[in-house]
Amino acid sequence: MSRQTAVGAGFIASNTMVDTVSRREASEAMQIPAVEIHNLKKSYGLKPVLRRIDLTLQQGKRMALLGANGAGKTTLLRILAGLAKPGAGTTAVEGLDIVRDAQLVRRIVGFVAHQPYLYEELTALENLLFFGRMYNVEHAKERAHELLRRVGMERRVQERVGTLSRGQVQRIAWARALLHSPRLLLLDEPDTGLDQEGAELIEALLAEHTMRGDSILFTTHQLERALQLGDTISMLSGGRIVYQQEASTLLLDELRQKYQEVVR
Amino acid sequence: MRAVREVGADACIFFIQVGAILWKDIRYELRSKQTWLGMGMFALLVLVIFNFTFDLRVDNKVAVAPGALWVAFIFASLLGLSRTLAAEREQGPMDRLLLCPVDRKAIYLAKLLGNLLFIAVVEIVALPVFVALFDVPIFIGQLLPVVLLGTLGIATIITLFSVIAATTRARELLLPLLVFPLIVPIVIGAVRMTQLLMAPAANEPPWLGLIIAFDVIFLSISMLVFQYVVEE
Amino acid sequence: MAVTKQETSVEHQGSTGKLERQGFPIASLILGTLSSIGILTAIWMIFLYAPLDAVEGPPQRIFYFHVPIAWVGMLSFCILAVAGIIYIITKDERWDWLARASAEIGLVFITFVLITGSIWGRTTWGTWWTWDPKLTASLILWFMYVGYIMLRSYMGRATSSAYAGAVLAIVGVVDVPIIYLSVQWWRGLHPSAEVGVPQSALPPSVVLTLMVSLVSFTLLYSFLMVQVYQLQRLQALAQRLRAIVE
Repeated sequence: MSRQTAVGAGFIASNTMVDTVSRREASEAMQIPAVEIHNLKKSYGLKPVLRRIDLTLQQGKRMALLGANGAGKTTLLRILAGLAKPGAGTTAVEGLDIVRDAQLVRRIVGFVAHQPYLYEELTALENLLFFGRMYNVEHAKERAHELLRRVGMERRVQERVGTLSRGQVQRIAWARALLHSPRLLLLDEPDTGLDQEGAELIEALLAEHTMRGDSILFTTHQLERALQLGDTISMLSGGRIVYQQEASTLLLDELRQKYQEVVR
Repeated sequence: MRAVREVGADACIFFIQVGAILWKDIRYELRSKQTWLGMGMFALLVLVIFNFTFDLRVDNKVAVAPGALWVAFIFASLLGLSRTLAAEREQGPMDRLLLCPVDRKAIYLAKLLGNLLFIAVVEIVALPVFVALFDVPIFIGQLLPVVLLGTLGIATIITLFSVIAATTRARELLLPLLVFPLIVPIVIGAVRMTQLLMAPAANEPPWLGLIIAFDVIFLSISMLVFQYVVEE
Repeated sequence: MAVTKQETSVEHQGSTGKLERQGFPIASLILGTLSSIGILTAIWMIFLYAPLDAVEGPPQRIFYFHVPIAWVGMLSFCILAVAGIIYIITKDERWDWLARASAEIGLVFITFVLITGSIWGRTTWGTWWTWDPKLTASLILWFMYVGYIMLRSYMGRATSSAYAGAVLAIVGVVDVPIIYLSVQWWRGLHPSAEVGVPQSALPPSVVLTLMVSLVSFTLLYSFLMVQVYQLQRLQALAQRLRAIVE
């Protein structure tokens, strides 16, 4: 069956961990990259933000995206998350074109950003149940409780999100992003907004995510974090990828130096 | 065969999503304790003011009363739905929905149904008052089809353009300016039909057909173009 | 300094190069000449060739201006809608320039429709306004043009602005016939002065004058479209350059 039908049918039938495994096995067998971008351009109005992006992320790998503010990191993530449309070029997530199969891509992508993308007047549980319906998650109630427990919010389940602290809200945002077992996690500066305890809980979740063979693309300003978490380091400047290197071959000082060069 | 099953499943998911968004919006409205009361009061006020501004005697009641009713509904709809504008001021709040794999048509439908429910509550309150205040010799039940179908057409246009106007500076001015010219057929048709209920006449053009056609046409168009208006 | 220069030249090759090449100087020249000839001929015909109306007298000649201008005003809105649809399909901003040009010119023409219609009504019926279906539809169209231009003005030159404009135009163009129909039905209840000439038995000289006038104003419209399209193109170019430099 075609790629689209496979993902679509898998989505319709169920969205549990078990099916994620079989979907993953199917796509790994085909060795399709998690992300494949060629010549991506994006302008807001008349202002070009992404001038030419070529990027490939293999499945099960993690890529750190570094760059100055305004370099286009968030825009790139937003395009992959389906919140913005690309201006030109081809962008594919797990072989699915981001324009043609936009809804299918959204089903397999999870996004954690500065904004929590939660409804403040609803409780944590209500939020997750709502998104569960949107993503057609099976056994949504159990999954929601499970995730809230994993992020340490099981005692705050019935509280309105608007009344919680920033750190607590961010944890629920993580739960939202992981609810539908995404194949690709997009994280925009994942360390901000979390308190110490939250950060530790998230670490565990991220480790599991990678162990299952799912991919991560994250932006950060912290170079140590980039080396620690990422398999590949990419740098974005002036709307282009200007540097790419395997993290295992890099030392922190080298990276720091390169970063200073690029960001200036 | 599989294709039919998939379409059926897709349709199921579609309506589940519409329901979920609608339910979420309703709960949101109930919790934020918004402007129902204000909208209702406004509609009643317009009806009362019409009574003063147009000296109502028995002979010109038929001419003026339906107009008063529909002016009240239209203005209450526009004002009441400004609450939607205030909430969706930036692209931000819509992002929560756009992130999800939900058909943009489903988002539109949910917003439309939410707006309709909102206006309907106001209308249910305003109608008995209208009948009493203007001493109108008809049953409310007779008015319901006109009111529902007419309001549907108006709400279709308002829902679509409130999203467009929401991102601009002078949205409270721009929305009426965009909406009023477009709803002229509904206004003419609905007022005329209301008049006919009060004073039946012969050889009338098919107003109900006009309103229904308007509703069907613009509901379809709005659903199709909504994605271009709401996405970046 | 060096970085800015480098980026500017990269941009120049890409999109602005395409922008610069579209001058349409020949089209402008031809259309300008043809429309001048046409308008002059039309004016001559209207005042000297067409027969004097027995009932209304000289003011009836407004008809030869009013009808072609109304035709152009409606045509402009249709072009606006079509350009919007094509823009949605192709995402090519040149169609958006066409749409914006169409809106600006259309507004001017419709304004003249209302003015000439009003004057004609005054001379014929003694009232400055009449709820004639065509005139009423023109009034609504006028508001739609104004709404479109205000919307585009508020939303600027972002792509969302172009999409919003296209949506407004599409909804509007489908709505106008329905509006016309509803006003016509409504007017049946309030018969009033009609702006227009009865279709039956128009002498050939009248028809000829009308046709000449129609063609001339359409040529004038095309000429103006080319000019305003250029203006839109240059405005877009200027904004783009400013965005690069800032």
